[in-house]
Amino acid sequence: MAAIEVRELCREYKVFRKREGLMASVRGLFHREHTIVSAVRNVSFTIEEGEMVAFLGPNGAGKTTTLKLLSGLVVPSSGTATVLGHVPWKREDAYRRRFSLVTGQKEQLWWDLPAQESFRLHKEIYRIPAEDYRRRLDELTDLLEVRRLMSQPVRELSLGERMRMELIAALLHRPDVLFLDEPTIGLDVVSQRRVQEFLRHYQREQHITVILTSHYMKDVEALCERAIVINKGIVIHDGPLAAIIDRFSRHKIIELQFSDNGCPDGLERFGRIIETRPPRVRIQVEKQRVSECLATILAENSVDDISVVERPLEDVIAELFSSDDAARAAK
Amino acid sequence: MTVSSSGALSFAEELRARLRLKWLILRTATEERLVYRADFAFSTLVRFLPIVTQIFLWSAIFQNDTVRTMKGYNFGQMVSYFLLVMMARAFSSMPGLATGIATSIADGSIRKYLIQPVDMLDHLFWHRVAHKLVYYVIAAGPFALVFWLCRAHLPGWPAWPVTVAFVASLLMSFAVGFLIESLIGLIAFWFLEVSSLIFIYMMLSYFLSGHMIPLELLSQWIPFVDYLPFKYLAYTPAAIMLGKIPAEHLPMELVVQAAWIVALLIINRIAFNRGVRRYSSFGG
Repeated sequence: MAAIEVRELCREYKVFRKREGLMASVRGLFHREHTIVSAVRNVSFTIEEGEMVAFLGPNGAGKTTTLKLLSGLVVPSSGTATVLGHVPWKREDAYRRRFSLVTGQKEQLWWDLPAQESFRLHKEIYRIPAEDYRRRLDELTDLLEVRRLMSQPVRELSLGERMRMELIAALLHRPDVLFLDEPTIGLDVVSQRRVQEFLRHYQREQHITVILTSHYMKDVEALCERAIVINKGIVIHDGPLAAIIDRFSRHKIIELQFSDNGCPDGLERFGRIIETRPPRVRIQVEKQRVSECLATILAENSVDDISVVERPLEDVIAELFSSDDAARAAK
Repeated sequence: MTVSSSGALSFAEELRARLRLKWLILRTATEERLVYRADFAFSTLVRFLPIVTQIFLWSAIFQNDTVRTMKGYNFGQMVSYFLLVMMARAFSSMPGLATGIATSIADGSIRKYLIQPVDMLDHLFWHRVAHKLVYYVIAAGPFALVFWLCRAHLPGWPAWPVTVAFVASLLMSFAVGFLIESLIGLIAFWFLEVSSLIFIYMMLSYFLSGHMIPLELLSQWIPFVDYLPFKYLAYTPAAIMLGKIPAEHLPMELVVQAAWIVALLIINRIAFNRGVRRYSSFGG
């Protein structure tokens, strides 16, 4: 059954413009110029119950706006969306008790008090039965390894510890849908991995529906099989994460190890040399030229080892977003 | 807690759940307040300084003439007035409320009230009640001391209906203060910067609430002062206690004050709903 259904969702913003200089400021007092910016344009997708989907896109692509629309913080200009059968922007309590939004801004906890005080307040806000509350809190504090930090004021916790507490606050009422907006932003590698592992475990156990936005491809690769790629407010890919590379990468990487200890000259003619560490070389080659290049290299040189690999997802995504007309690439 | 098949609670259960939430907000906010007890105690003590200067000022104006009156106030009554106003302000002043709301709108932290099934105004109200309770515990001693030092000027206890009216007016002054300040904070939904507006409000309320001088001295220049809600922030409780409002007018005075609370509550609700709608259409 579909947990989230989004149909032709659009969100436009009026952005006020100010020209340079004092006179322009004075004129601005009487007449303000504005432009209409489309943050989300005709976005449609369906997410089934229990799916974990990555939402990818560069800054300003419309990811956060979409999450805000689905959390009921923003009203759309047009289009429809239902989450668990509710229209998010009606902000009904029945819906608000069934989802959570976790952002990198970490704003659910009382700063000066130990996190357990905030959790107790959440118990009442979400009306969690006492027995369930105790059990869930126990389980979550163990999974996230924060038991010893429960009585420490939040302001004294590290960023990673605070994020883990935020996750507990977000999950205590056992939401059916979880929106994660850059949950690992600013965390060190260890904390990032811990949060990742927790999310993977928790999602599998509880079978909740998750949308994750992240700039860390490691998060995305570790957690999601499906990705929705959005750029300039338009969905340009919706499907398996692995298919992004097939679809958008125009290159592959040939890794070579030559028999003698050096590297032959003239390898640049096959493509961009990414790394040279004689006798090893990595060359980025256009997809359609791979077999031709391999044949030439093998004919001209004595090679010990050879492999052809895909480019890292991160590079493909970066290339995709840096191209001026990513939308056209999708077509 | 039993939940019916539709997930809805019965009326009694719903009420219990709501009361439990209010109680917990109150408790948590009290704990939070106590974290900064030293700073809080110091600022509480500093707040007693203006009353000392007020008494010196008025003793200079009256030149220790105990017979002379000014719009019905002799020196002793004037001192009593300012002591009672200080007490009323202890209920009606809301330091940081408007600024706090405005900041949460500007920096987006208001989001948590939109995402969670919780009512922001209700949440802030109980937060503020906790704030006040801690304040009274800390300020009770200094208050008693100041009243004791000025005991020679204080009139005796009035009849019990007057005392009841005074207490009722004092409690309602808390609600009036809360609702006016929260309304000013909510203006941040429309204007990004409200600090100057808050400053103007502070100045106006200082005059129009009777905090600076009794309203009888002001009403010849500002005749409409009696029709504004500001007088409930300071003047009305003090005037009730000093017998400036005739006993037969007291019930009406209290009804009008209660009506102001209802009106301000409605305006707050409308402002919040419209504000959130605007916020939602501007990007959340």
